[in-house]
Amino acid sequence: MHDALRVLAEHEGEAKVLSGGYSLLPLIKLRLAQPPLLVDIRDVDGLDSIVEGDDELRIGGRATHRQILEDATIKAGYPLLTDAAAGIGDPQVRNWGTIGGSCAHADPSADWPAVLLATRASLVCRSSTGERVVAAADFFIDTFQTAIEPTELLTEVRIPRWPNGSGGAYAKLERRAGDFSTVGCAVMVRFGADGRIADAGVGLTAVAETPFASATAVAALIGAEPSEATFRAAGAAAAAESRPVKDAHGPVDYKRAMTEEMTVRALRSAVGRALGQR
Amino acid sequence: MATQKVQLTVNGEAREADVEARLLLVHLLRENFGLTGTHIGCDTSNCGACTVLVDGESAKSCTMLAVSADGREVKTIEGMADGATLHPLQQAFWDQHGLQCGFCTPGMIMQASWLLDRCPSPTEAEIREGISGNLCRCTGYVNIVKAIQQAAGEMAAGAETQTGSPVAAG
Amino acid sequence: MTTEALQTTPEVGGMGHSVKRKEDPRFIRGQGEYIDDVNLPGQLWLDIVRSPYAHATIKGIDASEALKIPGVLAVITGADLEKAGLHWMPTLAGDKQMVLPTTTVMYQAQEVAAVVATTRYIAADGAAAVLVDYEPLPVIVDPFKALEPDAFVLRPDRGPDKQNNHIWHWESGDRAATDADLASAEVHIEQDIYIPRIHVASIETCGCIADWDAVRGQLTLHMTSQAPHAIRTVLALVSGLPEQNIRVKTHDIGGGFGGKVPVYPGYVLAVVASLTVGKPVKWIEDRSENLQADSFARDYHMHVELGATKEGKITSLKAKTIADHGYSDAAADPSKFPAGLFNVITGSYDFPNAFVEVDGVYTNKPPGGVAYRCSFRVTEAVHAVERVVDILAHEIGKDPAQLRMENFIQPEQFPYKTPTGWSYDSGNYPAALQKAMDMIDYAGLRKEQAEKRARGELMGIGISSFTEIVGAGPSKDFDIIGIKMFDSCEIRVHPTGKVIARIGVQSQGQGHETTFAQIIAEELGFPVGDIKIEYGDTDTAPYGLGTYASRSTPVAGAATAMASRKIKDKARKLAAHLLEASEDDLEWTNGKFSVKGSPEQSKTIQEIAFAAYTNHPQGMEAGLEAVDYYDPPNLTFPFGSYICVVDIDKATGRVTVRRFVAVDDCGNIINPMIVDGQIHGGLTMGLAPSLYEEITYDELGNNLAGTFMDYLLPTALETPAWETAKTITPSPHHPLGAKGVGESATVGAPPAIANAVVDALWHLGVRNVDIPMTPQKIWAILREKGVTA
Repeated sequence: MHDALRVLAEHEGEAKVLSGGYSLLPLIKLRLAQPPLLVDIRDVDGLDSIVEGDDELRIGGRATHRQILEDATIKAGYPLLTDAAAGIGDPQVRNWGTIGGSCAHADPSADWPAVLLATRASLVCRSSTGERVVAAADFFIDTFQTAIEPTELLTEVRIPRWPNGSGGAYAKLERRAGDFSTVGCAVMVRFGADGRIADAGVGLTAVAETPFASATAVAALIGAEPSEATFRAAGAAAAAESRPVKDAHGPVDYKRAMTEEMTVRALRSAVGRALGQR
Repeated sequence: MATQKVQLTVNGEAREADVEARLLLVHLLRENFGLTGTHIGCDTSNCGACTVLVDGESAKSCTMLAVSADGREVKTIEGMADGATLHPLQQAFWDQHGLQCGFCTPGMIMQASWLLDRCPSPTEAEIREGISGNLCRCTGYVNIVKAIQQAAGEMAAGAETQTGSPVAAG
Repeated sequence: MTTEALQTTPEVGGMGHSVKRKEDPRFIRGQGEYIDDVNLPGQLWLDIVRSPYAHATIKGIDASEALKIPGVLAVITGADLEKAGLHWMPTLAGDKQMVLPTTTVMYQAQEVAAVVATTRYIAADGAAAVLVDYEPLPVIVDPFKALEPDAFVLRPDRGPDKQNNHIWHWESGDRAATDADLASAEVHIEQDIYIPRIHVASIETCGCIADWDAVRGQLTLHMTSQAPHAIRTVLALVSGLPEQNIRVKTHDIGGGFGGKVPVYPGYVLAVVASLTVGKPVKWIEDRSENLQADSFARDYHMHVELGATKEGKITSLKAKTIADHGYSDAAADPSKFPAGLFNVITGSYDFPNAFVEVDGVYTNKPPGGVAYRCSFRVTEAVHAVERVVDILAHEIGKDPAQLRMENFIQPEQFPYKTPTGWSYDSGNYPAALQKAMDMIDYAGLRKEQAEKRARGELMGIGISSFTEIVGAGPSKDFDIIGIKMFDSCEIRVHPTGKVIARIGVQSQGQGHETTFAQIIAEELGFPVGDIKIEYGDTDTAPYGLGTYASRSTPVAGAATAMASRKIKDKARKLAAHLLEASEDDLEWTNGKFSVKGSPEQSKTIQEIAFAAYTNHPQGMEAGLEAVDYYDPPNLTFPFGSYICVVDIDKATGRVTVRRFVAVDDCGNIINPMIVDGQIHGGLTMGLAPSLYEEITYDELGNNLAGTFMDYLLPTALETPAWETAKTITPSPHHPLGAKGVGESATVGAPPAIANAVVDALWHLGVRNVDIPMTPQKIWAILREKGVTA
């Protein structure tokens, strides 16, 4: 770890971190990226643990999608993450691709950022001079742009544990297995004692220049009864807040409609889980 | 260009080479080591023709640098048969007509071996999910699924024989 | 072939046995030898600089930086080739295309220069370092715009009378009679149907190693070709090298599907490079080069009309088509058929009148017009007729299966002359459709559909009853660049009764090493294990036009049967000599000749083979071998009926193929296991363009599906568990009664899927949905029709 951070410090801006490789190497092969120096962190110790603390789940930056997918603690307590991990790429990608690599790469249609935004997670960035914790909402800045500095390594993702009466889910639309999302929606909901939604998080991917948390969708949920009308209202709010562009995945109106639909589907599932939990 | 030394185990044999840092694992295997059973079918990590096992995990060897494989154990299609005895998956692909042009076959067999290692009795849906990162243009996957089912059955029976299960006796 | 009809034991493995493939032991061990697995001593690498623009003037090419890279040996440009007159080359369709441009690039990803270097990576570095100064020009991607009078001329190199973008006009049938019938028809259906540009995308890309030996004056071209002999002849004509000194050698080929028929500039550049530097030069495409520059398929804009009575008796069919060929017609169609066999458009139906016309057009797209696992534009024709017949059924409120049954050419009408001139050899269309309906419980599905529709769910059932036309072809009509489309087999029986046979066709995965051995086993009684099949080396194999258009079994398969029969004729003479009997007194059973009435007096084919070298009668030539060049008397006409069930997600527009039953009739079957495999693969390549694959261009001519990220091949998750069955109607003219099967399913599947989708949406007012029927397309239709989740 020290060696890796030292190299990043010494070669500020020149060195790129290589984690699983499934984001960076395709770009290098197509000559879209030509970093002079790669720092392979696959053998750096202590970066791939998954530990649940009292109030949060800590996932090492080098943990693979596969580890997350198969982790029993996550399956039981954070099924939203299991949903998302299951849909990333294909089995080989999941074997090697990492949550830290995906977040630091910040593809605008990556799945993990939406999950981190919905859960109000934070990301730990460490350099040779210290460590800082950045909220997901402040981390994803723009297309392929994050708050991480060139001298920093994304060492950990911290996902807060939502109280009992909460549930989360991830719904993803893809054109074909292994494809990037047309739209992906992560949601968390928490019910109050009155049976209404007391807290919520909604994270969306592939429908803006970078994944974003939909404040208007959250507003539509909080205080509402869990109903199809509520889900639709939240979905419509998310769709209105989205800023998709036309591409091979579809035109803008389709993407907005799918933003609504995936939000609704994620909410149905999340609410089901939350109510099942009570 | 500057080279680095990589040392790794390939199909149980210690191998080493001086390589450029940018050399892909698939090219190390094919061109430095002459193991041409691992194929290349795309440049975007989609097709899976280059699938090998690295430390037991299936990987697309076009999406791993040779230097990243330093110190690791790599298994390719050439390491599957035990001399004249085919691996049950190889036998099953032959028996079930699970290949036509044969180009995706090595990657498909390596991915299937990873799948059966983790999930010895997969359902059809699990098999289809398990090979969803491997594209085949010839077979329509029908007979590939059958081949993996056959191999799963034989490997399970073989495992029982080895553990002396009375069911498998005789 | 039914089990009862088997003529040979499983040990011999003749026709009808599911013999396990002889080629598989090498493939399952990773011991196949594909082009990129071949490396020659001293070999260099070639990589290609490609244009980012779809249309631009080349103002200059600066190779100086590239040449500074250690290991870069040469950069070849169009100007270099022009000195040798090699900057243009002929296409198989009689047009010409650039090897490298001297002034203008015509499509995105066109070859602009070639870099020769010591390694693969250095060649790629060199290609990236070549600086090309482009001045972008206006772009035409729409063939209809290309035909407008004020459109700029893409190909000013053509003669003064051809200063437009129209390549050719081709028509077939009776225009006047068809127009008259349409004008008076009680029901007149008109529909625009577009079959988009797609790409075969075999998992192995194209490549070659050109190896020029200056001392021996010998050029060896190792390459991925479906038609090695034709390539050798083209090379001889273009290069001026004597044909006996050119050897084209294929190795194992990782899928062809039509994409490995044409000559690509990369092959020619490797040859030029090897001739220049005197060393072997290897060129292997990237996937993105393969998808962006190699020959495409389809791209047919069809306007189809159908006339019928109000009871649903069809009377006429008319199609007007604009064929987008890109900047050069590099199709691989037979010379007399610039639109392939598109006039098989009347399909399985008894149309009294038909007329089709096709116009080829230039645009700023890659050249081509190859098949995509399809016999020369048959997929387009089948899609057109199966769609409009289905529209007719819905329009007059008749069940689509019933309407088909009422309009099929009936079994007793064969041989049947179509209104566009084809003579169908055999068929039993009602039997195939009935079998499919029984298998899938058609009546039950219609009931389920009615119940679901009442609940607002979208379920559709689609039928396709296609007729294929394969096995090109009879020499009076069929040639490519003048070479007649016969095919060949040479059989040599060795003294110990072991056989080597060489064929003029080429396997790209079809299993020729097994099925051709089975033909010989069937005819001569040698066990398949004693028969070795070779192909793909022009030094040794007899001349043939190669494998595409499902022609291997119909043409070379027939040649193999005929060559076997020549050997059997000689074997009979040898047996008569050995048994001291008259030839007329001998009978052939189970691999031996015996004297009629005295079965104990017999000689096996192996004994006869030995005698051919050790004890042949005086006056007879020694040896036991034969060659046959088979000129088929007609094409063959495989057919089938497919039924597809789809469910549509109203919220996302996603179409899911829930069930798909395929009943195929390819005549007598050589290897049932392989036939099923061919159908599984063909169905999947029918599913692919129906729902996923399409190469589109933006208005600047940028390819929007140039990698596997966006050109979406179906995975095992999208592909349904295909249900297959057969009927068997032998071809009356093929020596084995076989018909060919490799492409039937690709041809037949898309309209079944499209008809199912439209069937699910017809009640909303939807008449047609062009493929690929993507979620975004279906969603837009549903929204327009006011359907919400």
